[in-house]
Order: sequence, then C-alpha cells, then structure tokens
Amino acid sequence: MACEVGSGKLDAYLDGELTPAEASALSAHLRSCSACASDALERVQIKRAVSAAGKRYGPSAQLRAAVANKIAGSVAAKPPRSIGWQWKLVAVPTILVLIISIAVNLYPGRESARRQRVYSELADLHVAALASATPVDVLSTDRHTVKPWFQGKIPFTFNLPELQGSEFTLLGGRVTYLAQTPGAHLIYQVRKHQISVFIFQDRAADSASLPSGLVNALSFNVESWEQNGLRYFVVGDVSTDAIQALSKLLRDAE
Amino acid sequence: MKVPDQRLPAATFEDLALPLFDQLYNFAHWLTQDTAEAEDLVQETYAKALRGFSSFQMGTNFRAWMYRILRNSFLSSRTGLKTTVVFDEEDQETAPAESATPESLLIAQADREIVQQALEELPVHFREILLLCEVEEMSYQEIAETLAIPIGTVMSRLFRARKALRGLLQNKIQGGSHGV
Repeated sequence: MACEVGSGKLDAYLDGELTPAEASALSAHLRSCSACASDALERVQIKRAVSAAGKRYGPSAQLRAAVANKIAGSVAAKPPRSIGWQWKLVAVPTILVLIISIAVNLYPGRESARRQRVYSELADLHVAALASATPVDVLSTDRHTVKPWFQGKIPFTFNLPELQGSEFTLLGGRVTYLAQTPGAHLIYQVRKHQISVFIFQDRAADSASLPSGLVNALSFNVESWEQNGLRYFVVGDVSTDAIQALSKLLRDAE
Repeated sequence: MKVPDQRLPAATFEDLALPLFDQLYNFAHWLTQDTAEAEDLVQETYAKALRGFSSFQMGTNFRAWMYRILRNSFLSSRTGLKTTVVFDEEDQETAPAESATPESLLIAQADREIVQQALEELPVHFREILLLCEVEEMSYQEIAETLAIPIGTVMSRLFRARKALRGLLQNKIQGGSHGV
C-alpha cells in the first residue's frame, strides 16, 4: 500500500523543490518506509530514463553556422544596418545626382577645362611672340613669301588672304607648337594691335572638337573654326569686330 | 520585472544565447517532431530573441525567456496550432502513488527507444514539461516562467505528465496488457 506521508511530496523531493527542512524529513522517512523508498526509486528511474532519452536530437552543423552567423552579423552589423537603411535613401539620389553631374557637368566641365587650356596656351604663344625680340622668323608682308616659307616646316599647307584694301597687315610668321603639334603662327597688325593667327591640323591634340566661334580667353578675343581639316585660331586684344573681320578674310582666302 | 536600468549590451546576446543552442534545438525537435520544422523554429526563435533582446531585462531568467519565445513560436506555427494545449489542470491531483511493482523495475531496464516512443506519444503539453524538468533540469519557477503558468499548475501538470508517461511505459514494456 502507498504511504500517505511521502506520496504527495516525492516528486518535489526528487526534483529538489522541497525546503531543506522538508527534504531532510522526507529523506528520514524514506529510510524507514519501504513503500515510499520503492516509489521513489521508480520515480528516479523514470526521471533518469527521460533525461537520457530526452537528449535525443542534435542540430546540424549548417543550422549552427546559420544561427551563429546571424547573431554575429547582427551584433557586428547592427549600427550599420540601421544607418544602412537610411543610407540607401541618401545614396540613391546621390548616385543619380553624381551620374547626372558626370553626364551634364563633369564631362563638359572637363571639356571646358581642356578648351581653356588650349586658349591659354594660345594666348601664351601670342604674348610670348609679341614679347620676343624676334616675333617672327619670316618677316614679310607678302603672303607669297610667308606661305612658301612654311614648306617643309609644317606638315600641311594653307592659304593666306589678299589684304589689299583691308586694314590688316601681315607682319610675318613662325613655326609654333600646340600640344607637341607643329603649326603656323602668323602675325597680323591692325592699327597698333597685333593679332596672332594659329593654324594647326584639326586632328592635333586638344584642338580637335573645339567648338568654332568667338570666345573670350584671358581677356583676349579668340575666334576659332575648322576648315579643310585645319583648325584656325585668331587671337588678339582687338575688338571682336576686328577679329571677326580678319577671320572672314582667312576663311575666304584662296 | 526588475527596473529596466541595466540592459545588456548586444554583444552579450551571443554569450548568453549560443550556449543554449543545442538544448533549444533538442526541445524544438521534440515539439515539432520534424527536423525541418525544428530548424525553422530555432532560427525563428533566435531571430525573435535578437530583435527583442533590448527589451530583455537583467535579473530575469534568460533561459526561460528563450524557451518561452521558442514555445510561443511553436504554438503559433502550423504544427503548433494543431496541438491542443490543456489548461484545465487546477485539480492538484495527489492520487496515491503506484506501489512498487515488478513493472516499475522493468522501467529501469526500458531501453532508451521505448522511453523516446512514449515521450513522442505524450501530448505536447506533457512532453514539454517533462523535457523542461528532466532534460533541462529547470526549477519549477523556471518552468512556470517558460510556460507562463503558476507554479501550482507546474506541479500538477508535471504530476499528470509523469503518470501518463508511466502508463505508456508500462503498456510498452508489458505489450499493452497492463494499463493504468
């Protein structure tokens, strides 16, 4: 028969849930009550059996790695993640703006910088020539003297205008270089001003793809155009009218 | 709940939660009885715990917290919704214990497989409380926290679970000839 003393408390006793006083009292009782001792033994056996049988399933290595990675990733990436979400909000328009900048601004900007470099180099050539003690190597007002002088010195030929009846005077010419490309540098005079005319092959580095037209570079007026594969620059401190008038003469030269 | 002045830094989540990984998986597998579902359940548990960790407070039982998350996730899963959880256990039944019988000695020799079969056959709410008590060796207080039930209910449910298990074991060992 079951013992009334232990029956209600055996589980709690074996689970270690009794107070120390209760536990020692029951422990004493078990030593004297065979029914309770036997009952306790059975319960302990089941406890042990369940404990052993219950440890049954082991996680796969993949699952372990997945969970560990998730935790590690989360711990490491938590601050960047919250920022990262906002970052996208900023980044997408930023990237778009950058692309547009490159397309609209940066590339033409680089073009413009390149053009500026060409113009300032031309202006330098113009000023250097005028400052030189010998601004021209062929000193002649006669285009039929100047033009042949360039033969064998530059890899192209060009026509110079008849200046009869115009206000321009040809002073002479010299060989010059723009971006390591040889070209003709002619100097004209109008009133007290001297105007440089540069002629290069249009494919010459940096001069290609330059827009034609009149621009102002470093306070010099510059007219530029492409004709017969040649690139012409007319640089001077005279009025744009004079630059354009000389340009027209050169364009119409035959 | 303690005063929420001492929240754990995120780095310690790893230190606290990873050591529980094997046990949680074992428990999840026992609940779901399926490898894939157990894996999903463990992953979900860790994900939820990670998200909710900032609200976990020092001084409360982390293990019970993790098990509670796992169990709640299970109960709201498809498999979990199919299991019925019994709540009417307030009768603290203290039926006279079985007297020592030859069957009880047989249980000692019952091989692991039979005990595992019996555990599988138990209703989930019996299975889980036995696992928490015997495998996880949780105190009644921890079990109460994990299952969100009063300690009195822990004791009565544990008692009923053991009784049911014992019945199943005796049936298996004796070929079903001796029920309880």
